Amino acid sequence: MAKVLMKGNEALGEAAILAGCRYYFGYPITPQSELPAYLAKRLPQVDGVFVQAESEVAAINMVYGAASAGARVMTSSSSPGISLKQEGISYIAGAELPCLIVNVMRGGPGLGNINPSQSDYWQATRGGGHGDYRTLVMAPNSVQEMADFTLAAFEYADRFKNPVLMLSDGVLGQMMEPVVMPAPKDYDMDSKKWSLGYTGKDKTARNLCTSIFMGQEELEEHNWSLYQKYQVITDFFKANKDLAVEEYLCDDAEVVLVGYGIISRILKTVVEKCRKRGIKAGLVRPKVLWPFPSDVFAKLADKASKFLVVEMSYGQMVEDVKLAVEGKKPVYFFGRTGGAVPSDFEILNEVDKIVRPD
Amino acid sequence: MKQVFGKTNVLSANPTHYCPGCDHGVVHRLIAESLEELEVADRSIGVAPVGCSVFAYDYFNIDFNQAAHGRAPAVATGIKRTRPDSIVFTYQGDGDLAAIGTAEIIHAANRGENITVVFINNGIYGMTGGQMAPTTLVGMKTQTSPYGRDAATMGSPIRVSEIIATLESPAYVTRVTVNTIANQIKTKKAIKNAFTLQKEKKGFSFVEIVCICPTNWGKKPTDAHKWLTENMLPVFPLGTFKDIHGIEKA
Repeated sequence: MAKVLMKGNEALGEAAILAGCRYYFGYPITPQSELPAYLAKRLPQVDGVFVQAESEVAAINMVYGAASAGARVMTSSSSPGISLKQEGISYIAGAELPCLIVNVMRGGPGLGNINPSQSDYWQATRGGGHGDYRTLVMAPNSVQEMADFTLAAFEYADRFKNPVLMLSDGVLGQMMEPVVMPAPKDYDMDSKKWSLGYTGKDKTARNLCTSIFMGQEELEEHNWSLYQKYQVITDFFKANKDLAVEEYLCDDAEVVLVGYGIISRILKTVVEKCRKRGIKAGLVRPKVLWPFPSDVFAKLADKASKFLVVEMSYGQMVEDVKLAVEGKKPVYFFGRTGGAVPSDFEILNEVDKIVRPD
Repeated sequence: MKQVFGKTNVLSANPTHYCPGCDHGVVHRLIAESLEELEVADRSIGVAPVGCSVFAYDYFNIDFNQAAHGRAPAVATGIKRTRPDSIVFTYQGDGDLAAIGTAEIIHAANRGENITVVFINNGIYGMTGGQMAPTTLVGMKTQTSPYGRDAATMGSPIRVSEIIATLESPAYVTRVTVNTIANQIKTKKAIKNAFTLQKEKKGFSFVEIVCICPTNWGKKPTDAHKWLTENMLPVFPLGTFKDIHGIEKA
């Protein structure tokens, strides 16, 4: 396929269609609005369904319904709207249904502002809603990855019967880059024999989709079975490290810079500038935020001397890095919050401070 | 011997968790019989609410989804849009539908979703122990209105059918009750009308059923039905508020 110039939000929308997603339920909010706008136009052209819901709460519950009926289905929003979706995400996780939820992060807390941010990391990776559950969290860093990760996200969601969260931000959603659209996938919702409304001849009992387990033993058994599944997901990404993490010039790195999403693009520039100045810098960029690629950091902690985590927040992922490094080496942090994007120059200054302390 | 009555196969054989004298069992049977008679049970999908009927799925031998509190119409929207040939219905109480789920019910109705909503109005929250509902009568004592519902500070009962009927899209909006055998027969007819419209893809249908809650009303079932007739029905008048395809005359 030829290269096309697209906004991240639109590339994600087109990729969803290529992944076989024909159902979108959402509610307007900046800076994700190009995505529903794109799908409102595109989905009817492919016999799909686009519904503008009355709220984010309704939208995620429509997703819950469609997922239970076997659809490849998605919703999207930006930070305040994702907070509203947490009720439904908890139900979807509890009922073990696949879907894609896109968060084009903006500044918070509260209404915050519409500038890019990474301050929903905790919400995304710690569950967000009530109860013992996990969502698989992916973090693209380019318009190309907005497309590629979307196809992967639908595959993971179906494979693990779990909601997948795409953690993007206002920069990735809004910026334009050349993108090569991935090859389309076939999807047959009757492959999900557990789905409501499945009427295949091999159906022997009715299908039920629920997250209520009234007996204490019953719920405990259910929760441990979820836990086992989360272990399977964790092991999958441990065994497929390249899907979970990108390492750049880490082999001889003394200072390891760490960042995800749009920050990782800036950090790459910083690493190159450091190298030109004789500082042995490297970059670790998690592509999957939950499960967190802890072993990569654990291994690097034996080689590198320092870590610098950079985020568009006042420090959230840095806690996971510290847990993985286990105090073996110092973990520094630099962040901008409130919608500010740090420049390579600012970060370079931070590296200087760490490498050459006065 | 000639069999004059039988249990529909759409109802399961599970023992009921509902209180003695509760109307849920009657309404469940009317729904199950309607689905069987319309020959749509094998492609029917129910959506259970939060409340006493959270376990409604235990009593129907059809596919079911259990939704979050008030969200059943949104969940039903997602199911119906995905499986348009299914017969999709929600079964919701007054706390679920008329309080926390107000937005979802109004907008599902306004989009004209081709689903059926069965709304159980007994003027109280049952499962949580008898709190005030949006449909609680003025003066009625509940756990959270121990001195009686005061219209000045707690509002007056919401008449949901009348609200839904102001919208352009809904095809059928009716209020019935199951306080007598005659009214149970009328309720069955209303439920069957609603599912018939859905089967014919004629739009959103809404059946409000005024019911009793003997446990939380603190009354014997017979007394509760008498109380319903004397107190609930003047506030929630029976009748059909919208029938754009004239199914009741057909």
